[in-house]
Amino acid sequence: MVIEVNRITKRFEAFTALKNLDLEVRPGELVALLGPSGSGKTTLLRIIAGLEFADEGRILFDGTNAGDRQVGERRVGFVFQHYALFRHMTVMENVAFGLRVVPRDKRMANADIEKRVMKLLSLVQLDRLAGRYPSQLSGGQRQRVALARALAIEPRVLLLDEPFGALDAKVRKELRRWLRRLHDEMSLTSIFVTHDQEEALELADRVVVMNNGAIEQIGTPEEVYNMPATPFVYEFLGNINRIDCEISHGKARLWGVEVTAETHDGTPVPSGTLKGHAYIRPHDITFIDPSKQEGAPAVVRHVAAAGPTARIELAVEGIPHLIEAELPRQQYLELGLRTGQSVTIAARAARVFPPAAE
Amino acid sequence: MAAGKTHKDRKVSPLTESVAVRACLIGLALLFIGAFLVLPLVAVFTEAFAKGVGAYVDAIKDPIALASVKLTFIAAAIAVPLNLVFGVAASWAITKFEFRGKSLLITLIDLPFSVSPVIAGLIYVLLFGAQGLLGPWLHSMDVQIIFAVPGIVLATMFVTFPFVARELIPLMQEQGTEEEEAARSLGADGWQTFRRVTLPNIKWGLLYGVLLCNARAMGEFGAVSVVSGHIRGLTNTMPLHVEILYNEYNFAASFAVASLLASLAVVTLLAKGGLEWRYGHELAGSRG
Repeated sequence: MVIEVNRITKRFEAFTALKNLDLEVRPGELVALLGPSGSGKTTLLRIIAGLEFADEGRILFDGTNAGDRQVGERRVGFVFQHYALFRHMTVMENVAFGLRVVPRDKRMANADIEKRVMKLLSLVQLDRLAGRYPSQLSGGQRQRVALARALAIEPRVLLLDEPFGALDAKVRKELRRWLRRLHDEMSLTSIFVTHDQEEALELADRVVVMNNGAIEQIGTPEEVYNMPATPFVYEFLGNINRIDCEISHGKARLWGVEVTAETHDGTPVPSGTLKGHAYIRPHDITFIDPSKQEGAPAVVRHVAAAGPTARIELAVEGIPHLIEAELPRQQYLELGLRTGQSVTIAARAARVFPPAAE
Repeated sequence: MAAGKTHKDRKVSPLTESVAVRACLIGLALLFIGAFLVLPLVAVFTEAFAKGVGAYVDAIKDPIALASVKLTFIAAAIAVPLNLVFGVAASWAITKFEFRGKSLLITLIDLPFSVSPVIAGLIYVLLFGAQGLLGPWLHSMDVQIIFAVPGIVLATMFVTFPFVARELIPLMQEQGTEEEEAARSLGADGWQTFRRVTLPNIKWGLLYGVLLCNARAMGEFGAVSVVSGHIRGLTNTMPLHVEILYNEYNFAASFAVASLLASLAVVTLLAKGGLEWRYGHELAGSRG
């Protein structure tokens, strides 16, 4: 199903949670809403679900307006952050709930409801725990019950609010893969909210990076990671070195190389001299031959070499904070870097933005 | 010696005190409970049976005493269910929805706790009494509220109004609205959500509130005393009847009726304790 979010604005008293926001989710897509807390991602998800209503704008499901329909009429499967399982019902009754509240004339026979529920429970591998109460389950099991319960009503859309937030790292990884498989097998259209970039980048087809109630960038995980559209996305996704620099006539000099400055909204960079920031990913820092003209002299301050990549902290002249570089283990060994050693570094790729107009 | 032993015993909790301090504190607590709770209860029953079982039975079988028992039950039977409905409705509104004037409503619910019951009774006399605001109109309609059963029910309701809501509001606040939202997202309508999700989650808190409300409804004296008019066999509840008998120096009969009232309270407490003991884990679950 196609979900269109059309110029949505939502205010909570004086606070504007969403500002004139547009988004289109295509059928079969798994989309992540990624952002820090307070960025409006959960509010957006709840508006799509119908648990919250927008002050302005429209929500379209397959082209028809869903904005004035109640949550129960939208046929969305919503998985809550803390699962919101009915604590006084067994796992079985939790999953059956959506089927039992259907008006009598449209309701399935009891035996059919039980059959459907058991099928769903075996899908989430919980058929043996059908008689348990939520308080008797682990976090991962509760999460799967919540999912089975949401899927029982055969939703057209699956919406998940921080689905793995409360789980420990190992269970989280397992459930992540499992959710991806489930999404593909059931050919659902799914949107999930997360503040965990790793989760968004690994699981989603497209990532929507949100900040302050607006969308900073929409793209595939590769696009948002490799080509961040704004300084915010740069700083939010992955590790980054931010270096103060001076932009003069749209260009900045960084470590002996000229870099063209750009703005995140495509407007021309103001002429004249202004302060800006250069962004360099740690893995884009290279160690070069000191005899070359370009590059910047630096001193190795600390090396953390456990694992497949080595992290090197460098003190660079004129920069008050340490610069972080990452090298594949093999290359690190070949260079034979040690603490205290003097090196020359360069940036393989760097982007310069003027300060964001607040 | 005792202190030395505690000192050597390394397994003792770091929060504990010496034996002497413990004995002293526990002794004080027991003394207090004994003097203020157990002793009066024992006294009530001793006095009630002071003239023998025959006199006790006679005092209770007295038609006027039976009428007071009946009136007490009628007042409770009307006030408790109504306060149950209002209490649930108020807590539901306060905890599951946002609206203007919410804190004012919470304050109003607490009003009966902070106002003296006598004043509560007086309010009704001033409103519905012969000289009261609505008195002449009520008289022309041939409706009597003050010095009659409706006044007693009204006063009882006023005094017991906060019990259910006060028990439910913190519980429902803690439980939040996620389960209700989940139910709605699964297609349940408002009534189904309330009956299948909210109500089962609050049933133990509700039972507590009802028990406390009932205990107070049966024992209320001040407010009821003001509106009752003390007409024997007609508008006297049990607490009022106890007072009348006592003022007539009919101590044995007075304490006999008082012992009935005390028994009701004890039964209520036992019921509460029994429920806690029997369904303790479920109770913990509904709060967790």
